[in-house]
Amino acid sequence: MTEATARAGTPPPATGGDERAASLSGVTRLLQRPELGALMGALFVFALFALTDSTSGHLWLQQTGIAAWSQQAAFFGIMAVPVGLLMIAGEFDLSTGVMTGVTAIVMGLLINNLGWNAWAAIPGTVVFAALIGLVNGLVVVGTKLPSFIVTLATFFILRGISVGGVLRINHGSTMLTLRNPNAPGISSARKIFGSSFAANSSLPSGYQSSILWFVGVTALATWVLSRTRFGNWIFAAGGDPNAARNVGVPVNRTKILLFVATAVSASLVGVIQFTAASSAVSEQGVGYEFYYIIAAVVGGCFLTGGYGSAIGAAIGACITGMAFEGVIYAGWDSSWDFTFLGVILLLAVVVNTFVYRRALRARR
Amino acid sequence: MTSAAVDRTPLLEVRNLCKYFGNVNALEDVSLRVNAGEVTCVLGDNGAGKSTLIKILSGVFAPDAGEVLFDGEPVALAGPRQARALGISTVFQDLATVPLMSIWRNFFLGSEPTRGVGPFRHLDVAEARRITREELRKMGIDVRDSNQTVGTLSGGERQAVAISRAVYFGARVLILDEPTSALGVKQSGIVLRYVLQARDRGVGVIFITHNPHHAHPVGDHFVLLNRGRVIGDHSKAEVTREQLVREMAGGAELEALAHELAGIVEP
Repeated sequence: MTEATARAGTPPPATGGDERAASLSGVTRLLQRPELGALMGALFVFALFALTDSTSGHLWLQQTGIAAWSQQAAFFGIMAVPVGLLMIAGEFDLSTGVMTGVTAIVMGLLINNLGWNAWAAIPGTVVFAALIGLVNGLVVVGTKLPSFIVTLATFFILRGISVGGVLRINHGSTMLTLRNPNAPGISSARKIFGSSFAANSSLPSGYQSSILWFVGVTALATWVLSRTRFGNWIFAAGGDPNAARNVGVPVNRTKILLFVATAVSASLVGVIQFTAASSAVSEQGVGYEFYYIIAAVVGGCFLTGGYGSAIGAAIGACITGMAFEGVIYAGWDSSWDFTFLGVILLLAVVVNTFVYRRALRARR
Repeated sequence: MTSAAVDRTPLLEVRNLCKYFGNVNALEDVSLRVNAGEVTCVLGDNGAGKSTLIKILSGVFAPDAGEVLFDGEPVALAGPRQARALGISTVFQDLATVPLMSIWRNFFLGSEPTRGVGPFRHLDVAEARRITREELRKMGIDVRDSNQTVGTLSGGERQAVAISRAVYFGARVLILDEPTSALGVKQSGIVLRYVLQARDRGVGVIFITHNPHHAHPVGDHFVLLNRGRVIGDHSKAEVTREQLVREMAGGAELEALAHELAGIVEP
């Protein structure tokens, strides 16, 4: 027997790794949370606009201000959360913005032109969106092309159709209005999707119901990501698709399902907007895809995949919403919110890179 | 070859494997075997055919000729899934773990334990973390926090996570692809100890390496490959480390090289 085999007979002593495992302090662990940077950023932005608020009566800190930015945040967040999940899985979707508008139009056409009940038009719109998402996913997985390019193509195809098609069907107008204000099912659908709640004397218009959907989407996504097998596969698909395939993770199916989920979320925004406004406009939502990506990145999702959280993306959406509304409350020219967002994005990426190095800090 | 090795039915055996890629004979008439609770080392320099051999054993490639026997029965490995289902598990050098994911998530990736029914089915996180700690402890690693990302582990510990995962999920044959090649001396020693741990738990290990110094202390059998052919097949008793080094380097070739180098170095 050689020395090595003899030694192997007894259980080996624990290696030196354990003392160092203990040295992973609470601070380090906190720094590894993907949403930490976003949370600090949100508090900073909130405080900044509380200080620069130029409205009489300092409305930013009142319910008026909270209702205003949270409504914006909801519209960004319902999309930013699934976009974040897709990003964690290593893919992009640039067709998300135009999809929110297109689905609103699809719902309007189903009610106006086909006479559908609103409660039939909603699942119809969702199925339409799911099919677009399925096509996005299948093309990305099938061609192995970057999803950036594939969904950019979807974006432009849909954009053209949404303008050209609506102009044609709608007799030369890109604005599609609900023709019959009492169309069957529309008032109950509005209650669920496009109304408000918790109105009171200081906030007569209440909070938009989209905020509740935003909270629901975030909670569902958080649960899926952190507590289901599918969530584990999302991380693995973006973190290292080859290693994931080696242990039997269906990487392609995971990605396709996320493209579908993203498109379905876009249809939720479309339904909310159509029921709230009783109208939809071609190209509505175009350009918003970047806000969703900004919100997800600000929230700690890595552009390169493999890391991030749904709550982080939701906080990122809150920052984006606050940036848009806060600039108005501060009385600045609204052009500045782009600059503001740009600076926040840059800071977020710097923080993310720092987190990434901590997370991957090898101890050789 | 000792008589004991002849009597037992090998866990995994390949006979006269051939694999061609166009005009290149990647493998020519390669035979080897591994018994339960033993380590068979496959030694070869770059281009010897080690990668091709791994891919055939793990079901990625089908051989052009020759047969694969599992438990003495001929099998046609239709793909990696089937190989895994039989209990042949491969730990690839770089593709074993996802660095940004936690240890327990990596350990159960693709085979996550769940509880609850229907839409409420969810990961059994507590159980997953408990098993991960326990299994790693059996390998001699004490992870206090299995929530740490694998990226924070050393190279040797990462290999250990992959090895213990394979053993836990019922691997009977463990194929290790160059597990020490990217590691320093100390880390290599740790990985070699995990190889012996797996062996002592009754797993048949095929240890693929280009380093005879790593192979000799842990191996029971040594198969040397060169340009797709077996150039040496020894049991432990028959061969010293020096012989392995010589054979791997091509014996006489190495002596010629040493002579030549001596000529250059001496003033």
